[in-house]
Amino acid sequence: MSSQNPSRPSPMQTVETKPFWEASARGELLYGSCSACGEKHYYPRARCPYCLSDQVTWLAASGRGTIYSYSAVPRGNPPYVSAYVMLEEGVAVFTNIVECDPGDLSIGLAVELVFEKSRDGQPVAVFRPAS
Amino acid sequence: MANPGAYIAGIFEHPTRLATDKSVAQLHAEVAAGALADAGLGKNDIDGYFCAGDAPGIGPLSMVEYLGLRVRHADSTDIGGSSPIAHVAYAAQAIAAGKCNVALITTAGRPRAAAEAPGTLTENPDYPENGFELPYRPLLAAGYALCARRHMHEFGTTSEQLAWIKVAASRHAQHNPNAMLRKLVTVEDVLASPMVADPLHRLDCCIMSDGGGAIIVTRGEVGKSLGRPLVRVRGSGESIKYQLGSHIDLTTTAGVKSGQMAYEEAGVTPADIKYLSTYDSFTITVLLALEDLGFCAKGEGGRFVEDGKLVSGVGRLPVNTDGGGLCNNHPAHRGGMTKVIEATRQLRGEAHPAVQVKNCDLAMAHGTGGMLDRRHGCATVILERE
Repeated sequence: MSSQNPSRPSPMQTVETKPFWEASARGELLYGSCSACGEKHYYPRARCPYCLSDQVTWLAASGRGTIYSYSAVPRGNPPYVSAYVMLEEGVAVFTNIVECDPGDLSIGLAVELVFEKSRDGQPVAVFRPAS
Repeated sequence: MANPGAYIAGIFEHPTRLATDKSVAQLHAEVAAGALADAGLGKNDIDGYFCAGDAPGIGPLSMVEYLGLRVRHADSTDIGGSSPIAHVAYAAQAIAAGKCNVALITTAGRPRAAAEAPGTLTENPDYPENGFELPYRPLLAAGYALCARRHMHEFGTTSEQLAWIKVAASRHAQHNPNAMLRKLVTVEDVLASPMVADPLHRLDCCIMSDGGGAIIVTRGEVGKSLGRPLVRVRGSGESIKYQLGSHIDLTTTAGVKSGQMAYEEAGVTPADIKYLSTYDSFTITVLLALEDLGFCAKGEGGRFVEDGKLVSGVGRLPVNTDGGGLCNNHPAHRGGMTKVIEATRQLRGEAHPAVQVKNCDLAMAHGTGGMLDRRHGCATVILERE
C-alpha cells in the first residue's frame, strides 16, 4: 500500500509517539481529541494542549481533506510540495502533497490520504489530489 | 522607588559580511568592544549580559568567560531572531529591578564563512514536533511561503506587492556602504528571480551574512552622564504563537499581542511612530507585521507597501532604512539586533542623511523569529529620543 521514497527522512520516534507510527504502519493517520474540553489537536500528544488534561484519545482520520495552504519547492532534490491539509475532522496537518503537478494545485482542492515509506521503511502520511 | 528608566547608550554593527578570518566568539568580542566605545563605557562597567543561541557555549557561560565579564545578571532566552529585541526589554526590566546598571547584548555568527544553510533543523527526537515535521523536509522559506499563499488567498495580496518590500529595502541599502546588496532592484527583478518556495522568489528572502552587533542598555543616571543622545526604552512586549491543528491561522502573527503590549506600556499609537525597524526574514514577514502592529488593517498590507510607501522621504512609513535583512545584513541568521541598531541611529539622527527621518523622536523595533507557519516568537520595543 505504501510507495517507497528514498528522499523522505525517517521520522524520529519517542515512547510517546510510538502508537502514532504503529498506526501509520496500519494505514491510519491519528489526531488528538480531548474529552475534557472537546478540542482536537495535531500533532497528537499525551496531554491536551488546550487544557492539559490527560483525557486525550488518538483517533484515526477519515483521510479526506482539502488544501489549506501549499508551497512548491522546485529546487528540492527531488522537487516537492509543502502543505497544510485541513482534514474533514477540522484539524490541519503539516504534510506534503504528492503525485501532482504543482501548477494544478489550489487552496481548497480536495485531497486524500496516502502513505509513503521513508528511508527506513516507516510509512509517513502524505496527501494526493482526490480521485 | 521610581523607575530609573533604561536607555540605549551604545550600539555597534559589525561592518563585515564575510568573516572567514574570525571565530564566532571573536565576533561577539568585537561587537561588544564597538558598542562600549560608542557608549563611552569600559568593559568593567558591564554588570549584565544577554545573548541567545548564536552565542557559543552553555547559555551565557562561555561568552561571559571569554569576554572576562563580571556580571550579576545574565539571560540567554532564545526566541529566534527576535531575541535581541526581547533582551532590550529584559535589560530594562533588570535595571528597574535593581539587578544591573549596564547591560551588554550581543549577536554574532559566521554562517556564510561556514557555508551553513539557514533554518538548519536540530535532529533531536526530544523536540516534540520533529517526528511530525522533519519527514516532510520543512524548508524555512516554504513555511513562510505557506503564510504568503494563504494571505494571497484570503486578501488578494500579490507577488508584485510583496516585491515592493524588497524594492524599498534596496532603495535604502544603496546608501549604506556596508550593505551586502547595494544594487537597486525593481519589482520585475524580484519576480524574475528564481522561485525558492512558491510564491516566494529568491529576492523575497533575506540575505545570509556574517558579523553581528551589540547594544548597551544603561540605568537612567548612567545614560544621562555619557553625553550621547538619549534613547529611552519606553515600552515593550513579547508573545509566542503556534498552531495546534484546529483553529489554524497563518495570516496573523504574535506581533498583534507584542505590539499591543508595547503600545500600552508606552502610551502611544501606531500613528505616533515615525520610523519602524521590522524583521524582514522574508517579504511576507514585513507585510504581516505592518498589519499586526496596527499600521494598516488586516488584509491591507499589500496596498500599504506598494509603490514605494516604505521608502524614507517619500513613503508613508519609513521601514528598515539600513536596507534590512533583505539587503544589508542578517548576521547569524538573526535579524533582531540590526533592527534595534537602525532604530537607535534614526532616533539619534545618525542614520545616513539620504534616509534619515526628519524629527524622528519615536521609533519601533519589532522582530518575528522562528518558523512563521508553525511556531514563532515576536518581540517589540518602542524607543524614544529625549
